[in-house]
Amino acid sequence: MDGEEIRKVVLAELKRIAPELEAVAPAKPLRDQVDLDSMDWLNFLVALNERLKIEIPEADYRKLGTLEQIVDYLARKSA
Amino acid sequence: MIEFKLPSLGADMDEGKLLEWKVKPGDKVKRGDVVAVVETPKAAVDVEIWQDGVVQELITKSGETVPVGTVMARLAAAGEAPAAAPAPAMTRHPVSPAARKHARELGVDVEKLPGSGPHGAVIVGDVDKAAKAAPPKEAPPMKEAPPPSDKALAMRKAIAAAMSRSKREIPHYYLSQTVPMQRAQDWLTAYNEKRPVTERVLMGALQLKAVALALKDFPDLNGFWKDNAFEPASGIHVGVAISLRQGGLIAPAIHDAAERSLDELMKALADLVRRARAGSLRSSEMSDPTITVTNLGDQSVDEVFPIIFPPQVAIVGFGRVAPRPWAEDGMIGAVPTVVASLAADHRASDGHRGARFLAALAVLLQEPEKL
Repeated sequence: MDGEEIRKVVLAELKRIAPELEAVAPAKPLRDQVDLDSMDWLNFLVALNERLKIEIPEADYRKLGTLEQIVDYLARKSA
Repeated sequence: MIEFKLPSLGADMDEGKLLEWKVKPGDKVKRGDVVAVVETPKAAVDVEIWQDGVVQELITKSGETVPVGTVMARLAAAGEAPAAAPAPAMTRHPVSPAARKHARELGVDVEKLPGSGPHGAVIVGDVDKAAKAAPPKEAPPMKEAPPPSDKALAMRKAIAAAMSRSKREIPHYYLSQTVPMQRAQDWLTAYNEKRPVTERVLMGALQLKAVALALKDFPDLNGFWKDNAFEPASGIHVGVAISLRQGGLIAPAIHDAAERSLDELMKALADLVRRARAGSLRSSEMSDPTITVTNLGDQSVDEVFPIIFPPQVAIVGFGRVAPRPWAEDGMIGAVPTVVASLAADHRASDGHRGARFLAALAVLLQEPEKL
């Protein structure tokens, strides 16, 4: 799966959690932008795990600050 | 004969609109079964029945708004002979979920529509046809439940009513305590380290468990103020304040929170948040909270000064877990801490008891392996 496909999956899952979401600034902190609390964030990661079959250890959360970082991280792990 | 009445699903509810019966005359029901879906100002709620029996008569009709306490249906108790002349079996009117939703949006009564779908089911096209054919609408009667566009307004009104009552009637006292969280954080990190993302536990679940366990020794904070007296609750059912994305909040209960393992509590919490946001809570979850916990740590606040949800007598708040200066053994260091706060009803308890509760909560949060 390439970066563009991963981005689509990430955005689709974000939209499921935050249906009111219109646009995401790719380089801005994601959780603040989309108002994701801890439970939303966990559900978002569970959904990505189920869709992409990629395990995301808790220690890696700090690498997932922005949409860009999340897509890069997942693309690297799926390569 | 059992009378099934519309239950009160919170201090902010005085009436409800029946959206749908989940049973029909002749159906056997048992304790805990969902028998109806009722719309309250805050959410559509699956209403359970608390006795075994056989449905005899459905009195309230779909779409009807009735006050709390109204007899909505009659049932024969288990073992009781059915009434001599049972009400004729109501023919179920099949309606597709999409059509029901669409009809609600357009203000069409689906129960009166002829259906053109499979087995005579009402489908979206039937609703559109009826909406076009309908004469111009008169002003809705006063008791009509609000259309979806007014949902946010109804939610605000419900919150306004409950919170105004709380501030008007309840003499709140407020206490807070800063709790070092290094041990809890390290313990949780180690606990989650080897676990797949689907089995991880959030700090919020740890805090809920600590509150529930601490309450065991403080029954005067766990219960209700009714008829000028405190009524202790028989179980510890922790209400969890959940903000809704469309605005407003709801605080359904996790039943018997102190008796659940941390993993069970986390699963229950995740399920409750998901269903609260999807609008599929059960009536017992709405009516049973004996205390509420509100956690605004994700929103970066340091401390919460919460308002009690009547008729409860206490609410616990948590701010964010963040590194703060902390003195220990004569040294100041940066340590993750959380401010736990308590708002309690002074009619039911005194500051001394509240302070002891917070101290017990602080001890539990520093012994995460015991949670």
